Amino acid sequence: MTDTVLQVEDLVVRYPVQRGIVATLRRQRKQQVHAVEGVSFSLERGQMLALVGESGCGKTTTAQAILRLIDADHGAIRLEGRDISAVPHSELRPLRRRVQIIYQDPYESLDPRFRVRDAVEEPLKIHKIGDSSQARRSLVTGALERVGLTPPDLFLDRYPHELSGGQRQRVAIAAALVLEPELLVADEPVSMLDVSVRAGVLSLLDQLRREGLTILMITHDLSTAAHFADRIAVMYLGRVVEEGPAKDVVRNPQHPYTKALMSVVPRPDPRERKRREILKGETPNPIEVPSGCRFHPRCPVAQDVCATDDPELRAAKAAATPEHRSACLFT
Amino acid sequence: MNSPVLRVDDLHVWFDLPHGQELHAVQGVSLELAAGERFGLVGESGCGKTTTILALMGLLPSSASVSGAVELDGYDLLADGEESMRPHRWKDIAMVFQGAMNALNPVQTVGAQVVEPMAFHGIADGDEAKVRAGELLEMVGIGADRADRYPHEFSGGMRQRAAIAMALACEPKVLLADEPTTALDVMVQAQILELLTGLSEDLGLTLVFVTHDIPVIAELCDRAAVMYAGEIVEEGPVDALYHEPLHPYTRLLFGAIPDPLGEKDVISIPGAPPRLDREIVGCPFNPRCDVAFERCVDQRPKLLQLGDRRRAACHRNDPASEAAS
Repeated sequence: MTDTVLQVEDLVVRYPVQRGIVATLRRQRKQQVHAVEGVSFSLERGQMLALVGESGCGKTTTAQAILRLIDADHGAIRLEGRDISAVPHSELRPLRRRVQIIYQDPYESLDPRFRVRDAVEEPLKIHKIGDSSQARRSLVTGALERVGLTPPDLFLDRYPHELSGGQRQRVAIAAALVLEPELLVADEPVSMLDVSVRAGVLSLLDQLRREGLTILMITHDLSTAAHFADRIAVMYLGRVVEEGPAKDVVRNPQHPYTKALMSVVPRPDPRERKRREILKGETPNPIEVPSGCRFHPRCPVAQDVCATDDPELRAAKAAATPEHRSACLFT
Repeated sequence: MNSPVLRVDDLHVWFDLPHGQELHAVQGVSLELAAGERFGLVGESGCGKTTTILALMGLLPSSASVSGAVELDGYDLLADGEESMRPHRWKDIAMVFQGAMNALNPVQTVGAQVVEPMAFHGIADGDEAKVRAGELLEMVGIGADRADRYPHEFSGGMRQRAAIAMALACEPKVLLADEPTTALDVMVQAQILELLTGLSEDLGLTLVFVTHDIPVIAELCDRAAVMYAGEIVEEGPVDALYHEPLHPYTRLLFGAIPDPLGEKDVISIPGAPPRLDREIVGCPFNPRCDVAFERCVDQRPKLLQLGDRRRAACHRNDPASEAAS
């Protein structure tokens, strides 16, 4: 029996587009941004899944829906078996303790007037954890040790501006961990950090995962995902188009979109320069999603049928494992 | 090397800080670039790479003081400050900035902004300039019919293309690009890199590409310099930098970058770069270096020519010091 922490099923999130007065008077059709259109995936305890895609593909919206920062229009979000997509706002607080998030920019996400000890203690106060300040203090110290800010005494009284970018992100991670969440959502956790310290923060997340934390990482960087995630889900225009074990997805990509992405990801070794398959144009506007397969207008191998048939995410024929799925009529 | 198009000699930049202090942002950078070369300048934030190329364009704020020489085809751009720079800026040496959203004027059409440098340098005006602007936009992959659009009507990738068209308006010899693809998606980045490669090959343009993203340099450039704490610590062909680094910082920097298909563990470099508002004693990389020895503590290594096309600033490359360690 597997231990599923998170299960997302057929998630749909649409945002209304504001109409101007003229459009309203003319009774023009109300338009919607189809941010997420039927996304499903599940995440086992101690796994790291990377949601990968370009801007506007819906990866951040998916994460926000899981955190209940926005409401889903359709679909289920099960946290340890219980659907949380319809839990009323008044009952969200206990849920928030179990699902924590760290953001891209630790320069923005930490309050500049909070010392490290206050930043990490704040969530405990909000959730009324720890009877005494002494009990909370020991939880705070423990969290700082877990994220590698040792000895904690050296960091407790510092302000964010006295820390490096990597250290700040570690403080943000400690403030999330102190609540002992089941699931940690990491939204581009290293893109604002210097290249020399990224690996350290990612290794920390990897180590926390080994200790049993379940992590959903949102990233645009396939190289990072390939190195640190167990599984990768590639999103395009509101859909997961390919999903599977990380190594399989990057070494043996099935969907034409993933293939193209992998061909343009720059490699550090100049001898690995290769023929790039550069897709023309840019991702279409999610207000008017193309018919059939949403990738067909840019797909290098599209056939007539792709304009009409919307492919499901299913086991790819040429994949090494049935867990490796692709949403293409020809895979 | 043929006679260089661009020669930078012992460039220093200081910024005035409050209370009479100074920040020594660029500490003696020397470079020679051949025509048509694609050259990368890499390093962590704060290493002085952007300050270096802003100095080449004479675009530093008034709080900065500059010394050294920047020669374009033998003519020293820094000789008389703004007087010697103005005739050449945008005409012979042009630049593409990181945030194309902020580099374009939001209340002017894209076409008008491509026309502006041509009019300023008296290369073309009126209808002739408009026709030429259309051609330039076509060259970077934007339909000439979109010249009368405003920047907000363009996507991020198209704005960066428009900024490139603007920079190429006066047919410069040297194009400086400061993180031009950092804010863009990987597919759009690939489109821009392909465009820049094509332009440098077709027009014989010398390209200086500044980025912290080393794989982009590996993909695009022939040669690169690694900067640390305001100076170049290693320079050479990108292949050699990756496969046979001569400076520990280069080796550790490459080791900190994940390769999507690689198996090697990526390891971050402990510590942080030194502050540039105080004098650096010894090797600036010494506190973070994994092979430092006594000499690194009190002697600053010089950037030595090593072989034909390589330079590095590390005591380990000096045979005399190797014996001492």
